[in-house]
Amino acid sequence: MTIADRPLEEQIAQWRAYVRRRQALHGPDVEELEGHLRDQLVALTETGLAGDEAFLVAVKRMGSLDALSREFARAHSERLWKQLVIAPDADESPNTAHAETLVVLSLAVGAALAVKVPALFGHPINPNDELPVFYARNASLFAFPLLAVYFLWKRGSDVVSGLLLALPFAAGAVFANVYPFRIPRSDTSLLTVLHLPIALWLAVGFAYVRSRWFADGGRMNFVRFSGELAIYYVLIALGGFVVTLFTFMMFRAIDMNPDWFVAGWLIPCGAAGAVIVGSWLVEAKQSVIENMAPVLTRLFTPLFTILLLAFLATMAWTGSPINVKREVLIGFDLLLAVVVGLVLYAASARDAQAPPDFFDGLQLLLVVSALVVDGVALAAIAARISEFGFTPNRVAALGENFILLVNLAWTAWLYARFLRRRGSFAVLERWQIAYLPVYSVWAALVVVMFPPVFGYR
Amino acid sequence: MDLSKDLVAASATPLVLGILAEGDSYGYAIIKRVTELSGGHLQWTDGMLYPVLHRLERQGHVAAKWSASDNGRRRRYYRITREGRAQLAAQRQRWQIVDSTLRGIWMKACTA
Repeated sequence: MTIADRPLEEQIAQWRAYVRRRQALHGPDVEELEGHLRDQLVALTETGLAGDEAFLVAVKRMGSLDALSREFARAHSERLWKQLVIAPDADESPNTAHAETLVVLSLAVGAALAVKVPALFGHPINPNDELPVFYARNASLFAFPLLAVYFLWKRGSDVVSGLLLALPFAAGAVFANVYPFRIPRSDTSLLTVLHLPIALWLAVGFAYVRSRWFADGGRMNFVRFSGELAIYYVLIALGGFVVTLFTFMMFRAIDMNPDWFVAGWLIPCGAAGAVIVGSWLVEAKQSVIENMAPVLTRLFTPLFTILLLAFLATMAWTGSPINVKREVLIGFDLLLAVVVGLVLYAASARDAQAPPDFFDGLQLLLVVSALVVDGVALAAIAARISEFGFTPNRVAALGENFILLVNLAWTAWLYARFLRRRGSFAVLERWQIAYLPVYSVWAALVVVMFPPVFGYR
Repeated sequence: MDLSKDLVAASATPLVLGILAEGDSYGYAIIKRVTELSGGHLQWTDGMLYPVLHRLERQGHVAAKWSASDNGRRRRYYRITREGRAQLAAQRQRWQIVDSTLRGIWMKACTA
């Protein structure tokens, strides 16, 4: 018998939605419990209770949901380990999940095959040689546009914004390939290799947040996505490394040389496809598993603070100056980038309303000590920069140092205000978020301007 | 009369297995049968039966399958397995030991 009572059906639907939110209770369990509830309702209404009275009694007899889900968790302890089997959402029809799997797989295969396209036009990968710089310069162009397509598809974007987003990628392809670099491994060419992905990642960001670039934390979500993707990518790469080792081991055991396959197909195609697959995993699991990047931030903020303080103390104690070698500036750039990353991911996981705590003080200490260390390094470098001359690498490194320094200086000021309760954390978060495009714009400048300015050397 | 939680929990397994030994059944009917058998003294919180059933299923004492029911919704029917019957026999022995021990002490209490 069905219960022909609309308000009652609504109540049951509400109850079902409420029960479904329990992690330990899966879809079939909820269905079973609902069946029980309905049987109970029928029996109760037959004894003369009105619909809503019967509902109250039936729900009460079902028992406390907390206790119930605890019992379910004990019966199915594996459910407390949030599994990422890409179980389709309860609200999502299995069809969409199926379609998404198809789209992702075809995009990943597309990215993998895109890597092989240049080989048809005279850019073969020779397993005995180093990978041609052509591939490194275009690395981001194999996977990023398809990643953007995935987000456009997922967010249901229209064709116009899709075409607009194609522009930066097209521009990237042009600037990566038209310049007549003197030699393939010239400085400006290698700068393009490093900077084009950073510039184009902004375009991926536009596809990710779509129209919410300036609204409700869209950019912060993209930051979170980027961090998680990086972690997933590393994990996938580790798996790929194991596959590679086994490929070598097994085929060599039968006296076959798999070099051409590993170097020509497995690694490059896998690297491109993994970007898409990794993004899909991040998208699928964002609500399922704890974000990893903030956890790593919490772990490494104290460590980096101690490292920087120890460095400063050692330098003050021994009085040994920084030995200004050619690459030292880049090293300190990376250090600042790591510190900015730590600040950014700490902010991404922080409740902006919460009052300052110990960790915020630690962050300020980290930022200030990074500023001091970088100041010392810059002073040492500035004294000899004219001696070295302005090579493209050095100008790029100086520019990046300046950008990161500005970010950190203002961050330190905002942190100090926040800790003295003169400002809110939200201001700091907004500052970090507003600064994001600066990195990409600078990277784009390096890609577009540096080669002609420095004569393609 | 209220039975303590521990006692209810301890008796759940033999009760459920015993009821399923009478014939295949589903959650709501099992609860009704428990109330009936205990004369209304053993009142389970309805929801709690299901984790018990799932645990028994996992241990292989019962098997479950979804089938259509008379009301048009599908229902999960449980059936006792051979291991379940063995478990039931073992449980019965244990409870008989408890029962006879208690009986002995109560007989003494009466005669004293």
